[in-house]
Amino acid sequence: MILIKIFFFPGLLFLMTYALYLQWFDRKVYARMQNRVGPPLFQPVADFLKLLSKQTIVPSSVQEQGMFWILPLISFAAVATSFLFIPVTASGPFYSFPGDLIIVAYLLTLPTLVLALAGWISTTSYSIIGGIRCLSQLFSYEVPFFIALLVPAIAVNSWNIATIATHLPHLVATHPLYMIPLALAFFSGLIALQGKLERKPFDIPDAETELVAGPFTEYSGRLFALFRITLDMEMVVGISLLSAIFLGGANPLMGIPGFVMFLIKTLFVAFLLAAIKSATARIRIDQLISFGWKILAPVSIVALLLQITMINL
Amino acid sequence: MIKPGAIWKELLKNFSRKPATVLYPKERLNLPPNFRGRPMYDASKCIGCMLCVKDCPAQAIQIEKVAEKSYQCTFYLGRCIFCGQCADSCNKGAITMSQVYELAAFTQPSMTDTVKPV
Amino acid sequence: MDKQIILPIGPQHPLLKEPVHFRFSIEGEKIVEADIRLGYNHRGIEKAAESETYIQDLYMIERICGICSMTHATNFAHAVEEIAKVEVPPRARYIRVIVAELERLHSHLLWLGVAGHEIGFDTFFMVAWRDREVVMDLLEGITGNRVNYGINKPGGVRKDISDAQRKELQKGMDILEERIRYYQKVALEEPTFIARVAGIGKLDKEIAISHGAVGPTARGSGITYDVRRDLPYSAYGEIPFNVITSDRGDVLGRTIVRIGEMLESINIIRYAVEHLPEGPLAARIPRRIPAGEATTRYEAPRGECIHYVRANGTEVPDRVKVRAPTMANLVSIRSTLLNQEVADIPIIVAAIDPCLSCTDRTLVLLSNKQSSEITTWAELRKKSLAKTKRLL
Repeated sequence: MILIKIFFFPGLLFLMTYALYLQWFDRKVYARMQNRVGPPLFQPVADFLKLLSKQTIVPSSVQEQGMFWILPLISFAAVATSFLFIPVTASGPFYSFPGDLIIVAYLLTLPTLVLALAGWISTTSYSIIGGIRCLSQLFSYEVPFFIALLVPAIAVNSWNIATIATHLPHLVATHPLYMIPLALAFFSGLIALQGKLERKPFDIPDAETELVAGPFTEYSGRLFALFRITLDMEMVVGISLLSAIFLGGANPLMGIPGFVMFLIKTLFVAFLLAAIKSATARIRIDQLISFGWKILAPVSIVALLLQITMINL
Repeated sequence: MIKPGAIWKELLKNFSRKPATVLYPKERLNLPPNFRGRPMYDASKCIGCMLCVKDCPAQAIQIEKVAEKSYQCTFYLGRCIFCGQCADSCNKGAITMSQVYELAAFTQPSMTDTVKPV
Repeated sequence: MDKQIILPIGPQHPLLKEPVHFRFSIEGEKIVEADIRLGYNHRGIEKAAESETYIQDLYMIERICGICSMTHATNFAHAVEEIAKVEVPPRARYIRVIVAELERLHSHLLWLGVAGHEIGFDTFFMVAWRDREVVMDLLEGITGNRVNYGINKPGGVRKDISDAQRKELQKGMDILEERIRYYQKVALEEPTFIARVAGIGKLDKEIAISHGAVGPTARGSGITYDVRRDLPYSAYGEIPFNVITSDRGDVLGRTIVRIGEMLESINIIRYAVEHLPEGPLAARIPRRIPAGEATTRYEAPRGECIHYVRANGTEVPDRVKVRAPTMANLVSIRSTLLNQEVADIPIIVAAIDPCLSCTDRTLVLLSNKQSSEITTWAELRKKSLAKTKRLL
């Protein structure tokens, strides 16, 4: 029974299927906003299968060949594990304990570190520069993202994602003023999530016109397929996390309608992310650092301070 | 004035528009009458002056005599640049540019077209 | 850090539309040295032009570049007409102006899309190219093809513009004006766009003059030089228009110049379509051009394009030389690249609107050695492979 929950629902298979579906949804909305047609429904599946069947070429200048092969697996495992703590239905996640908000946030940082390391050990100039940019980007959005995650936790007075998801709608209904800091935190969390997922306007490590493919340049075949689906799964986990702690997840409905509610909320957040992606250009790394620290972090801190003041009043 | 997301009007309008893509080969665009497709030859008007052969920039046309006052024309469509100079050089209007453009083929000999007089 | 990394870009790279080789020496994210190598697109057109007649040459010269094909064809036709001392009838001159300005519109819309793509603004790329289709459909209706129009012949034009096409032109211009004004607004208001182009790739006015920059690259640094106004050819002497300049000197200045030029082109086309004079389409020109030489200039979308033709009394020209505007602009690109960041390389290179197909022509290297040697194909191939190994 436990194995079925881990591997099928709400575990690995559901995560991978939803990741491929969200990739299609994102590409279709992006295309329709640009007056294009967009890919058909099975396109992400076809891409994934095609990449799995291609030859994996490892450049001869790579010193640590074993590390080269293992890194995609580490990031895949980290993201897949972090999904176990996110509530998909109203009955709660697979495993829940106080403090799992911190665990999920930490596990979501791992893919970025793995990406930077992957860029470093594939010794071509494009990937080294991409890896360095990945780390610089990490310093810009991590702090606003974590602070934005703190705000609902302080409002509900709990570090457990399932508890936040269940209690937050009641709290906001009884204290409508809480909407202000929560909305500010949601806004800055959304933009920081866009930075974490490395999508426009923050897709600086993987800048196609400047660095060919950044840290991914030397990865091909099965390893590249793993990296791509890891990024999509990271998108699912990030969006589910934000919709669980800000929008209430599957609540207030139970059972199957609750699951449908979860899908609707995550699709709404995905639509917002796709809209941000189509409306902006890519900014430079130094501009990102100044944006992250001068605008995003202060917004998160203001939201946090407002929330703390309101709790104590 | 700096406005973030200044392009939002276009993005919203595009949801109500039909996609700008033409789904070829299910749909095809309408071609204007001036369109320069492959050249077509009318043997009844040809007098064998060879001006078209002389003026072709790609040496893609050849006229040969088959009988008295009767000529056949071979187009090397693989070399043709579809400029229409042969149609302009002909004083009798024996060559016209059609609207045929789907000329891809698998072998080079199949891209040679010989038009004999009827 | 003191360690310098050599970053080779090209001949194959996603930021380049045509092959060229750059070698950058970078420290961290800053460029300290830049070098360029050309020649990847050389096709031997100038030599081939010496063995074809003038009528055949017109089509080959037109295919030097797909984006500025009207430039090269009209320039060559002007040179031939100047040597043969033939006057082009007024209706032909106006039709040439209409097609030339339509070409400028499509080239600048293409540039706008490519610049958007280089900085990651893919939405701008898609919508600008969607509107470029309006121009391409108009060109197809008038000339019969979307690029490489083939509307010129020595002495005039080959096809006429009917009254129905004039109405279509007016309608198309109305649609385009509304959309281009919207893009002007977006380009000046979107903060991520401005953050990537403002203050980047600054070209000082003195360096632009001393290094011979032409076209929107020079006009973006405050130099008011436009061949259409200063040395009028075709019907430009009779059509009123403004020359757009900007004092900024950076990539945003060049963007402003190009968008302004698009709006001016729309006005020129409207004026020309309204005032189209009646008359013949072409003047008679003999097949054998008498001996003589002519140098003609033309304002291509990228700058000033110079053609030189020398005739010797036969049906075949003696020498044809083409100086494309990108050749003049590439010299000044080094000063715009130094001390900039690696992330800005794509947009700075794209800001001069490089068209390497126009640029790669013959280079004559003079040496003191009197000997001559013949190299076989196999030896040439071996030398080329060795050089590739050395470069990488």
